[in-house]
Amino acid sequence: MTTPSILDKIQSAAGNDGRHGQLISELFSVFLVVTLVFYFLVFAFLLWAIFRRRRGDSREQPLRAILAGWVGLIALGLAGLTTASWVFDRRLARADSGPALEIEVIARQWWWDVRYADNDAHRVFRTANELHLPVGVPARITLRSSDVIHSFWIPNLAGKQDMIPGRENDLSLLPLREGVYRAQCAEFCGLQHARMALDVTVESPAAFAAWRAAQLRPAAAPAAGPAQAGQAIVTGRQCASCHAIAGTPASGQVAPDLTHFASRRTIAAGTLPMSRANIAAWITDPQTPKPGNNMPRVPLSPAELDAVTAYLETLR
Amino acid sequence: MSPRDLPRDGPELTGKALHARLEKTWGRAPGLWGWLSTVDHKEIGVRYIVTAFVFQALGGLMALLIRAQLATPESGLIDPDRYNQIFTMHGTTMMFLFAVPVMEAMAVFLIPLMLGTRNIAFPRLNAFSYWVYLAGGILLWVAFVLDVGPDAGWFSYVPLAGPEFSPGKRIDVWAQMVTFTEIAALAVAVEITATILKQRAPGMTLARMPLFAWAMLVVSLMVILSMPAVTLASSFLLSDRLVGTQFFNSYEYGDSLLWQHLFWFFGHPEVYIIFLPAAGFVSEIVQTFSRRPAFGYTAIVLAFAGTGLLSFGLWVHHMFATGLPRLGYAFYTAASMTIAIPAGVQIFCWIATMWDGRPKFHTPLLYVVGFVIVFVVGGLTGVMLASVPIDLQLHDTYFVVAHFHYVLIGGAVFPLLGAVTYWFPKFTGRMMSETVGKWNFWLTFVGFELAFAPMHWLGILGMPRRVYTYPAGLGWEISNMLSTIGAFVLAGGVLLFVLNALVSMRRGKVAGPNPWDAPGLEWATSSPPASYNHAHIPVVTGRVPLWENREALPVVHGLRVDDRELLLTTVIDARPDLREPSAEPSIWPLVAALATATMFVSSMFTPWAALVGAVPVAAALIAWFWPKDPNVHPEPVID
Amino acid sequence: MGKPRFTADLSPLPTHGFGHRALTWWGEIAFFLIEGTAFVMAIAAYFFLMNQEQIWPPPPFAPPDLLAGTLFTILMLLSEIPNGIAKHAAEHGELRKLRRMLLVAAAVGLALAALRAWEFDSLNVLWTDNAYGSILWALLLLHTLHFATDWVDTLVLAALIHTRHGIEGRRFVDCAENAMYWRFVWLSWLPIYGLIYWLPRLVS
Repeated sequence: MTTPSILDKIQSAAGNDGRHGQLISELFSVFLVVTLVFYFLVFAFLLWAIFRRRRGDSREQPLRAILAGWVGLIALGLAGLTTASWVFDRRLARADSGPALEIEVIARQWWWDVRYADNDAHRVFRTANELHLPVGVPARITLRSSDVIHSFWIPNLAGKQDMIPGRENDLSLLPLREGVYRAQCAEFCGLQHARMALDVTVESPAAFAAWRAAQLRPAAAPAAGPAQAGQAIVTGRQCASCHAIAGTPASGQVAPDLTHFASRRTIAAGTLPMSRANIAAWITDPQTPKPGNNMPRVPLSPAELDAVTAYLETLR
Repeated sequence: MSPRDLPRDGPELTGKALHARLEKTWGRAPGLWGWLSTVDHKEIGVRYIVTAFVFQALGGLMALLIRAQLATPESGLIDPDRYNQIFTMHGTTMMFLFAVPVMEAMAVFLIPLMLGTRNIAFPRLNAFSYWVYLAGGILLWVAFVLDVGPDAGWFSYVPLAGPEFSPGKRIDVWAQMVTFTEIAALAVAVEITATILKQRAPGMTLARMPLFAWAMLVVSLMVILSMPAVTLASSFLLSDRLVGTQFFNSYEYGDSLLWQHLFWFFGHPEVYIIFLPAAGFVSEIVQTFSRRPAFGYTAIVLAFAGTGLLSFGLWVHHMFATGLPRLGYAFYTAASMTIAIPAGVQIFCWIATMWDGRPKFHTPLLYVVGFVIVFVVGGLTGVMLASVPIDLQLHDTYFVVAHFHYVLIGGAVFPLLGAVTYWFPKFTGRMMSETVGKWNFWLTFVGFELAFAPMHWLGILGMPRRVYTYPAGLGWEISNMLSTIGAFVLAGGVLLFVLNALVSMRRGKVAGPNPWDAPGLEWATSSPPASYNHAHIPVVTGRVPLWENREALPVVHGLRVDDRELLLTTVIDARPDLREPSAEPSIWPLVAALATATMFVSSMFTPWAALVGAVPVAAALIAWFWPKDPNVHPEPVID
Repeated sequence: MGKPRFTADLSPLPTHGFGHRALTWWGEIAFFLIEGTAFVMAIAAYFFLMNQEQIWPPPPFAPPDLLAGTLFTILMLLSEIPNGIAKHAAEHGELRKLRRMLLVAAAVGLALAALRAWEFDSLNVLWTDNAYGSILWALLLLHTLHFATDWVDTLVLAALIHTRHGIEGRRFVDCAENAMYWRFVWLSWLPIYGLIYWLPRLVS
């Protein structure tokens, strides 16, 4: 059991859990040291100016010489930092190259539409608000937006890139440590910008393959009972007009894909932890935990709610 | 050539008799009408400063609401819609209604006094600009109170702020407020440029001009060259929203990055427009309280100019995460780093002035010390953010919030508080309490550090900006709580400052013309100055006129006293050139401002208002400029 | 403060001067910078939008018809003749010539306004059609605003110069500065004319 530290946080640029993040942290350390040195110099000069015992005559000439030296020192420091920045930029670019796992993320107000690409069309699958990545394997994320500007940011792994409607950006990742992380939208995108998070799981290649295989399977038909009744409601009523569940008639494209909904860590892009109670709470009233989001309140009787919840729980 | 028998200042007309004549000519009618029609730069300057501080208080209130909400995770104190309006109002108010206006306002009051002239150039334009500014501020705040306040952040990115994703009037209010405030700021910039270039006292060559005047000259040129970009951008936004243009619509050959380029082309120089006047304040304060002329005058002037110039080449560093070509970014990193050089030069020169002088740590100089301590941190975190890889982690996080509050509060507000304390006797005739001032400084300093230092850590720990809440368990709780406590302490400091000012206006120690024994020409007038500023226009022989001429200030004479007349001098050498008639009080600037405000506000509802509304504006402007009868003289004063 | 030490006597100085000696001249230059920067920003926006596209104007829109805009440009350039004469007359105190030229300028302005209205109708695209249409209308509107302001200014001065205020020295300075503003109006038009009418023809 490792000692919990501030660096074990799951949404932290100091986490250094990916190659890009590590390089940036190294660069930051260089900057921190150099800037601290300069701050110390300025502070020391200030203190001296305040506490110095005056001896009457003005020291204009030596001060001019020191000014020239100071300018030179600053220029040198800045040149060094600019060079360091450029060097690390090149190293980051090199970390981007090579074959990679291709993923496409389309940001929407206020959730993430995730598509794992593949040359074989039968191996493409869609999920929402989550990312699974095999450790040690490069991944390239294509970033798009269907409405306003969002920004994709997994601080533990790398810097961010904006998702701009009408443009396609990309972000490269190289996760180095297994674990769970939290990403968050980093460009103000409207009412629920604060509740637009993404669950990231970095796992062994074997575990990733298993997850991927599970994702490719359509939703299992539920056993008889409330879950079956729930399926009938979900695929027959408004739910299907927005949501898709592979293996059922539900094929709405404008809301998160629900095929493996219950296998996710959270509901509604990080708003609520996944649990039976929270599924029920969300369906009953999506507007209270995340006011203004695009899911309407769907009127359901208590029995119907029970059935729908039971069905959704089967979608693993 | 004017007839010889007209009354003029000089050896025959000086002292009390001159004062009476000049007061009659340069004073204004008492009561409301006089107040509404005044063109006295001092009166308008004070009006501007007070209004700006009211907006600062309102913006600060918004900040306290933000901090109250964020003190704890998942706080349900404020709903997201209101919160998004609140943080937008905070930034918008501070940047458009406080920071730039207050700096321009200080210049409006001080520059004519410092240069030895009787009024600012284009006095009626000055009056007009205040009313337009006030109208813009009222528009914004009335809208907010009515729940129609803008809610897309102070820089209002499209497509979020566009017609599809922000229906209603909220963003229209924001965009039109920008139009109001930019017009006001541009007008003042034109006045200050003309005043500095043409109305300096004889002998005040550019090389002898006060450093604050140099700062304001550079700032005015920056305003002139940067504000058109944001005016154009906000006009494009309004027209996309109201009349169906497609500037920012990527589905119709438009581009949301066009907004970002136009906005930040203004937005980056904007922050130096806010900082450079403060650098001017620091230069003046450090000189007076170190009791020696500023060290490195030429270097400081070059640093001002260099900062102004460079600031136009940095704007893309706000867009490092948008996916533009990396090679282009490298240029902006280099430029963003380079601007640290003139900053470093100024810091050295100011500290060197203290080091080499005999400093007295009265409250204004304390604020300068606080400024150095805080601003340099902000400058250095700015250097960090100039690096693209580092920025890609820290952009849009609380690290950036920390950075810009360090440079804005450290770099502008601290010097401003010092400047208000320093020139308070000139504004009001009384001194602020020195004891309260010292307590005030420490309270403000400690509150500031507590409020903003933890934000660096929050950014590194992954907390994004502009979030109305955050989950527990990410390690953000303690820093947020400390920050909230600090914010309230800082608010206490600002409140104490205001109380000190208000009480001192009535009960402060009465001040003579030059209570600090300062060297500038503004200290040769009474405290507060008479309506005509200097009784005789002074002649300047060096950079520190009152230190160089302790017994008697040399003056020129021969200006008419029965008509408003001031002296125009040549641009470089300040040789006397023309006797310029200066504008009399007039109600037309107010009328024109009302017509302009009506036109702008109604054009938010229908584009035809722009056309129809232009007619009363034109009428008001024609009335404004229509010359008065050339041969009217005021009644001769009988002693 | 002490007794003042009197040096030079300013009473022989004149009360008005032309060109850079005048305060309002500097105000006008500052306004040129402001308005010129706005034009530069709009032109930059045009190029920015154009650079996103392969085909410009975006199909199926054709570039604006040449006739109206070219006629406007020719008349604008010709208007510098009465304008230049007016400026010279103002600087030399020639009141009658100034009065005549201001009336000519006002009339020319009317003709230009008609041509400008025709130009708007010849653009072959609406501001709502797409960003190309939007920026075109924006450029033309921006210039029209300056043209209209100076024309109204000319009308007011033409009126004033016929009243008893016409003989004041200050009035001559106003007319000279107005003539300078007119130069800005047609000078700033030339690059915009090139951009609106010729660039799309050259790049397609």
